Amino acid sequence: MEERKLIPIYVLGKKYMVPEGSTIITALEYAGFKLKKGVGCREGFCGACASLYRLPGDYRLHGGLGCQTVVVENMHIVQIPYTPAPKAVYDIEELEPDVSVFNRYYPELFRCVSCNTCTKICPQELNVMDYVNAMMRGDFETAAELSFDCLMCGLCSARCPAEISQFLCAILARRLYGKYLSKKGEFILQRIKEIEEGKYEEEFRRLMSLPLEELKKIYYERDLNLEIT
Amino acid sequence: MGYPEYMRESLKMVERTRPQRLEMAKKGLRNFVKPMSEEEREEVLRKYHPDYQPDARREVRVGPNKGELLTAKVAEVLESHSRIDPDNFVIEPPDYETDVLIIGGGGAGCMAAIWARKEGAKVILCTKLRLGDANSMMSQGGMQAAVNPHDSPVIHYIDALGGGHFDNKPELLKVLTTEGPKIAKFLEDLGVMWDKLPDGHYQTKPGGGTSRRRMLSCKDYTGAEIMRVLRDEVRNHPEDILVLEYNPAVELVLDEEGKCAGAILMNMETGEYTVVKAKATIIATGGFGRLHIKGFPTTNHYGATMDGVVMAYRAGAKLLYMDSVQYHPTGAVYPPQILGFLITEKIRGFGGQPVNKYGELFVYPLEPRDVEASAIIRECAEGRGIKTPDGHVGVWLDSPIIDLLNGPGTIEKNFPAMVRQYRRFGIDITKEPMLIYPTLHYQNGGIEINEWCETTIPNLLAAGEVTGGVHGRNRLMGNSVLDYNVFGRRAGIKAAELAKKTTVGKLTIEHIKKYEEELREAGIETKLVTPILLPEYRNLELLKKHRKEFDPFLPAGI
Repeated sequence: MEERKLIPIYVLGKKYMVPEGSTIITALEYAGFKLKKGVGCREGFCGACASLYRLPGDYRLHGGLGCQTVVVENMHIVQIPYTPAPKAVYDIEELEPDVSVFNRYYPELFRCVSCNTCTKICPQELNVMDYVNAMMRGDFETAAELSFDCLMCGLCSARCPAEISQFLCAILARRLYGKYLSKKGEFILQRIKEIEEGKYEEEFRRLMSLPLEELKKIYYERDLNLEIT
Repeated sequence: MGYPEYMRESLKMVERTRPQRLEMAKKGLRNFVKPMSEEEREEVLRKYHPDYQPDARREVRVGPNKGELLTAKVAEVLESHSRIDPDNFVIEPPDYETDVLIIGGGGAGCMAAIWARKEGAKVILCTKLRLGDANSMMSQGGMQAAVNPHDSPVIHYIDALGGGHFDNKPELLKVLTTEGPKIAKFLEDLGVMWDKLPDGHYQTKPGGGTSRRRMLSCKDYTGAEIMRVLRDEVRNHPEDILVLEYNPAVELVLDEEGKCAGAILMNMETGEYTVVKAKATIIATGGFGRLHIKGFPTTNHYGATMDGVVMAYRAGAKLLYMDSVQYHPTGAVYPPQILGFLITEKIRGFGGQPVNKYGELFVYPLEPRDVEASAIIRECAEGRGIKTPDGHVGVWLDSPIIDLLNGPGTIEKNFPAMVRQYRRFGIDITKEPMLIYPTLHYQNGGIEINEWCETTIPNLLAAGEVTGGVHGRNRLMGNSVLDYNVFGRRAGIKAAELAKKTTVGKLTIEHIKKYEEELREAGIETKLVTPILLPEYRNLELLKKHRKEFDPFLPAGI
């Protein structure tokens, strides 16, 4: 393996030389930081490593996940491990899936000025402003769909001039959609009832009393039926 | 950036064989590439699975499993010193008192908190990083549950038993498979957005080693969707559930009768210790991927360092199957930024195929994980893999075939996380395959439990990946998401029940002293201090030069 070229980056204003091709997280570690916050799954699923950065010659502030963003020369980086945001406390059982829940729990949602800053900063490239608008209209399905890939990193909330916590409104919208509005299957209730009534107990008793050789036979001779649902 | 030029030739061969492989898939792949027989499985495992290599295991010389052969790295971590000096640590009065202490804020911990509270307990949940920072958040493909009419908990049981090499504890596996449908519904009622068919029934796909379609999913953010809903629900009960983030437990506390009575926590920021006195304690700290067993990269969360197993073992809890490690068949090997990252098995559930550098399909795509992984290792060992610029090797996982099989747009719709992951590095997985190799994924064994999650220490419970027995020596896809939900719930219910009838005696950490004596008697000399808490990824050269004296997290031997 050849030595990787080192490039300069700036962390809280101080210059560090790190290998080209590093992500923000691995660059920080190379530079000697023991990360205790601002890092989580390291694979782009948890939103713990939200970071802000500026690139040379670019006036804009960019957002990204530290574990997914490759460093570039002379990048200025800071991690945002936590954005204080007021999570509403609610009983999901007693809510109704209409726009009034936002009036009640997150009234600041309606202060949205449609500036699109949230969409621009989102490291998942979600149309955050569009789902905010959907929530304001009480369109839970659209809000749930558009916000589904949200990792709740909080950068939208940190940047919002109307001081909305978009990611918290979104999980409320998704939970209400999943619980009350999505179409429900019928068979699941029947299956749960069968199990509760002990339909499979006899078969389990028989199976669990069999010697290993017979179990192996049953396993290797079982039919594969992967086509139908 | 995309794939380097020299891989083009191999990529062309994958394209060239695709129409033929597509035809085979349409006619039922198993008619062309047969699933392996028992003998074939045994052979490929023996020759190529990392667990079966001569240096994989060694005897552990102290503790409740003394004399057993365990995964060598596991034995090394168990034979270690405590962070706590038992002679000088002031254990009473405790800083917190509660009914139930839950150690770990992943899926099992959150589920346990929700259910312990439902049963009337006051809960403290402590976790090393943030609530929800766990492997639970990262599972992509799905959760198994026998929700289809032509399936049943019994068929689920047989699939998992065979996949686990018949080592699964039967009573645990029965609970797992029987409670699957109930859990699917419970999560839906909390607001989890399962993928659905037009009539509202769950969309289900096959997984490795399943004989029916049984995989429920939420696109390829299944774990993230469930975890964020559970986390939100935990946060809806601040009056009953106190969450302490960045405060991992570092030792358990017992009482004079030998019951578990809480834990010592360490503040990750300040290094301050606090004592929680609890009537019942649940360990839900997850697995050990960040130990990088045998040098493998891992799919696991930053905090997956086997902490719970170490603490429980030092306090006298028995372990089961800590000789068995799961390597996920499909981890990314290129681009280097995502080395070892999980490529969900759901890709194969939708028809994705592993093919070698000549574009040949060399194994039935849905073998149980250990068998599939071994077949991929064999293919590479025998020279039919593709080398990456930094010296790794892998085979292709043909994803574009998914859209040809299921219709255009299927990949975009069902795998947004994977599409995004690769797009960030200039690879379009709807048009090009992924380069993959097995990656360290799951702790098959762990703390031994009964079907109500009780360990061999009274009032100490455990749930989720930290436990052993449910999956035998090889877990099937989708059974860990189910595991943490089923047993997290049971641990919560049982802990609340135990708390009601428990009086805690005088607190003690004598077990730490005893363990140190055992180490001495066994003649073990080690600098290792555990729980490890976080792996070491800093530049060691820099460390040696500048940081040695300052950092409390510095691992031994540097």
